[in-house]
Amino acid sequence: MAISMEEVEHVAKLARLALSGEEKEAMRCQLSDVLEHAHRVSEVDTEGVLPTSHVVPLVNVFREDVVRPSITPFEATGNASWAEEGAFRVPRIL
Amino acid sequence: MDIINLDALAIAESIREGEISAVDATTAFLERIREVEAIVNAYINVSYEEAARRAEMIDAMLAEGRDPGPLAGVPIAVKDLLSTRGFTTTCGSRMLENFVPVYDATVVGRVGEAGMVMLGKANMDEFAMGSSTETSYFGPTRNPWNPDTVPGGSSGGSAAAVSAGEAPWALGSDTGGSIRQPAAMCGIVGMKPTYGLVSRYGLVAFASSLDQVGPMARNVGDCAALLGVIAGHDPMDSTSIPAEKVDYQGRLDGEVRGLKVGVVKEISSRGIDEGVLERFRAAVSKLEGLGMEVGEISLPSFEYALSAYYVIAPAEASSNLARFDGVRYGFRASAEGEDIWEMYDRTRSIGFGSEVKRRIILGTYVLSAGYYDAYYGQARKVRTLIVKEFERAFRTYDVLVSPTTPSVAFRLGEKVDDPLTMYLSDMCTIPVNLAGIPAISLPCGLSEGMPVGFQLMGPALGEATVLNVAYALESELGFDQRPPIGRS
Amino acid sequence: MEFETVIGLEIHVELSTDSKMFCSCSAGFGGEPNTKTCPVCLGHPGSLPVPNRRAVNDTILLALALNCDITGCSIFHRKNYFYPDMPKNFQISQYDIPISSGGTLEIDMGEYTRTVGITRVHLEEDTGKSVHVGESGRIHGAEYSLEDFNRAGIPLAEIVSEPDLRTPDEARKFMQLLHSTIRYLEISDCKMEEGSLRCDANISVAVDGSMGTKVEIKNMNSFRAMHRALTYEEQRQRRTIRDGGEVVQETRHWDDARGTTSPLRSKEEAFDYRYFPEPDLVPLEPDEAWVRELREGLPELPGDRVRRFVSEYGLSREIAETLTGERALADYFEDAAGKGQDPVAVAKWIAGDLGALLNDAAVTIQSCPVGTGGLSELVELIDGGVISGKMAKDVLKEAFETGNSPRLIVEEKGLTQIADESELDTLVDEVIEENPGAADDMRDGKEQALKFLMGQVMKKTRGKANPKAASDIIRKRLT
Repeated sequence: MAISMEEVEHVAKLARLALSGEEKEAMRCQLSDVLEHAHRVSEVDTEGVLPTSHVVPLVNVFREDVVRPSITPFEATGNASWAEEGAFRVPRIL
Repeated sequence: MDIINLDALAIAESIREGEISAVDATTAFLERIREVEAIVNAYINVSYEEAARRAEMIDAMLAEGRDPGPLAGVPIAVKDLLSTRGFTTTCGSRMLENFVPVYDATVVGRVGEAGMVMLGKANMDEFAMGSSTETSYFGPTRNPWNPDTVPGGSSGGSAAAVSAGEAPWALGSDTGGSIRQPAAMCGIVGMKPTYGLVSRYGLVAFASSLDQVGPMARNVGDCAALLGVIAGHDPMDSTSIPAEKVDYQGRLDGEVRGLKVGVVKEISSRGIDEGVLERFRAAVSKLEGLGMEVGEISLPSFEYALSAYYVIAPAEASSNLARFDGVRYGFRASAEGEDIWEMYDRTRSIGFGSEVKRRIILGTYVLSAGYYDAYYGQARKVRTLIVKEFERAFRTYDVLVSPTTPSVAFRLGEKVDDPLTMYLSDMCTIPVNLAGIPAISLPCGLSEGMPVGFQLMGPALGEATVLNVAYALESELGFDQRPPIGRS
Repeated sequence: MEFETVIGLEIHVELSTDSKMFCSCSAGFGGEPNTKTCPVCLGHPGSLPVPNRRAVNDTILLALALNCDITGCSIFHRKNYFYPDMPKNFQISQYDIPISSGGTLEIDMGEYTRTVGITRVHLEEDTGKSVHVGESGRIHGAEYSLEDFNRAGIPLAEIVSEPDLRTPDEARKFMQLLHSTIRYLEISDCKMEEGSLRCDANISVAVDGSMGTKVEIKNMNSFRAMHRALTYEEQRQRRTIRDGGEVVQETRHWDDARGTTSPLRSKEEAFDYRYFPEPDLVPLEPDEAWVRELREGLPELPGDRVRRFVSEYGLSREIAETLTGERALADYFEDAAGKGQDPVAVAKWIAGDLGALLNDAAVTIQSCPVGTGGLSELVELIDGGVISGKMAKDVLKEAFETGNSPRLIVEEKGLTQIADESELDTLVDEVIEENPGAADDMRDGKEQALKFLMGQVMKKTRGKANPKAASDIIRKRLT
């Protein structure tokens, strides 16, 4: 299950990671190994088997529609590297 | 009194009886930390001042005749991916080097209500991704039994702290073996509870459907007591099971005669070091000596457990870690004139270490268009088969057993550049997470001078039985060796 | 070339729950930035979602109102993509197993009706809001943006229609009916200007029966904007095809000021949402009793009510639609009409003068100073000939301003109309005597003269004469 350089680049873009050329190459080799192992799941006969998402036998877990106090503005933006007028400042989007 | 060598429940009793104060206990451990941290590096941040202040407060409450909780004054180490209000929580990552949470994880709140004193935040593989605690941004933790070897991971800091006497017990988390594997390698007891028994609220997610918080301690009794504190329904976690509270520690009586034990063939022979197998087999015969019926069982899907895990866990992780983008909290790489996409890319590339990036890429890949069915879809079906095989096994057996790890602690740097080999060190522990069942690792002797772990697995919510068998085996084995670190 | 326009809509409705979808922060509109946030809706590490029962309840209610099937076991998925208004960089939404699917909504276009398929109604969480800072004030050319997460996590019901709509008129009618349906259920305030009702459209033009290329239109912030945008886009696509060009599959932005759509350029070209089941949430399995209770509790919906108003009260479709637009208005009408007066007249007064008074004073029907009894009384006074229709307008205005009953106003002001024949006979005689010229003209068959003579009668009575009775008498005398 060799993974191509283009695939590494495409996936890195989806995951918002900028990898150096060296990193990409290392990633490509290591991931090919891991994927080869991971691909063994396809050897298993799973005809008629339903996929598991949860191992807890729970359904319909809800909270009631009740408002509780929010955190303070200081707490909300206190960990941000750049806050302005109570909002989080980010560089231009386009 | 040699406080640091007391077990946690003995410390609790000594404080209750007035033999020692909470300050005495906390001070003793803080001193031990000062003494050995240069070698072990079990903590990312030690709460020297906060712990001392809290111990004083508990002593004051005791003096006033108020009840600070059943485990008042007992110190504890907390893995650094559990959210602690007002105290840095790094997850072993540069990304969160300066992150100070605004809320406590439910389990952190519960140990606080029980009266415990947090000594600090234990080192770990970055975002719990690793099996050696070498991927921590804050440097590797070393195994107290031999500083040239790893303590296991990802809860390697918690395990090493307990093993080296830097804490009487600790909280860890286990996604594919992250409590049991380091417990085995450091010669302590560690338990992964049933998925949903312990709240995940405030546990920074690695793989949400597999993660579980659990206790790590020097013996089974402490482990049971700490589990009793943290277990129980939490309305903040939708996957929390509304089960009755159980007094796990009170139910330990060592009476295991007639229970059936199944040795899981697939993870108890091939690929396991001979020295480990020897200790394992010796422990199995002790179980027979205790009057348990031992049989062998084959669970064929286990062959594929590791593969399924390395699809499911990275897939969930890639999504869970998307929130670290430099906007609301955490590290941010800024440069003049850049747009947000460049900011994201650079922040995440610098803020995350290579193992984390590897898993994000892997997880993104297996979820992406064209690959989803072959990997993620298929892995979830394999997961179903593993769940069903366990269910079938527990119709015959009360507990299942295997070695916890295929080998004793390996040397630092030995596997760090070979992810697949590193991942194989979790082969015995991973099936348990996929099935969501409880399992414990307890030391069953030494091989090459290093501890060997014995894994006991039980059916969902079968903690009491698992703990009781572990308790009986522990007394039968009589393993009481301590690592040589810092001893003269 | 024969063109056929094909339109499908995707509508987002913010449910008016008290708290957010997955945490206990207030779901109220606005507020200082980030004052309605917590670790969950800011996506702090370790926080977990717990669904709001009422949001699930209200989504099921909406689905039932749109004739959808409720899914026995549905699940939430994560939709993964990076954007600064998304706290977790994934949105908790539903994917291949939504809470409901397979519904319909019938629209009445007058000459024909159309049954529009509802693909699905599902539940998800809203994103935060970005304020773009720079000279333009828009995302284009902004220097930087400010992120506010007060809106992040508000429950959002998404309604997806089948591509069954054929004209911008149908699309507008569909939205209006959907809007009033949701308002009837009292699950959202549906304010397009505050963004609690949002609509995107997919529009394509089929040529000679073969499918066209789908274009997605965003930023249509009112029914009017939607109609204009779709009309513009329909023409643009037809023109492109006629000129031998090709319609490009893309997302276009409606510019309301310019009245045009333009391609929405995004630097983000890699799109792959990597949906997978949300592991932090367990399945939704609404049991039969829950669904049955909601189904039985459904109010009569606007579409049905229009049909009933036409058949039961003999109203025109237009007036029935006006009256049923808001549930309270329709209730008001039915209450007023139930008091024994002609329902058509009652409807006309509510939809006409009363509606205008409410609108001018920005008062809702719920707090209307004229009760249903008062309105019925007004119609009774007109029908009984006590006041004229013209007088009634003033009486209603005064009743609206003072809250007094129409009958009281009429009595106090001495407005009672003169309909008594003997009194009118005398008056008409006087007028004929005083205006012999006009009387002669009338005898000669000049209808103009009637108007003049009526004016004189009204002048004498200060408008209180019953016009029909008076003109009847004049005719009797002079023809």
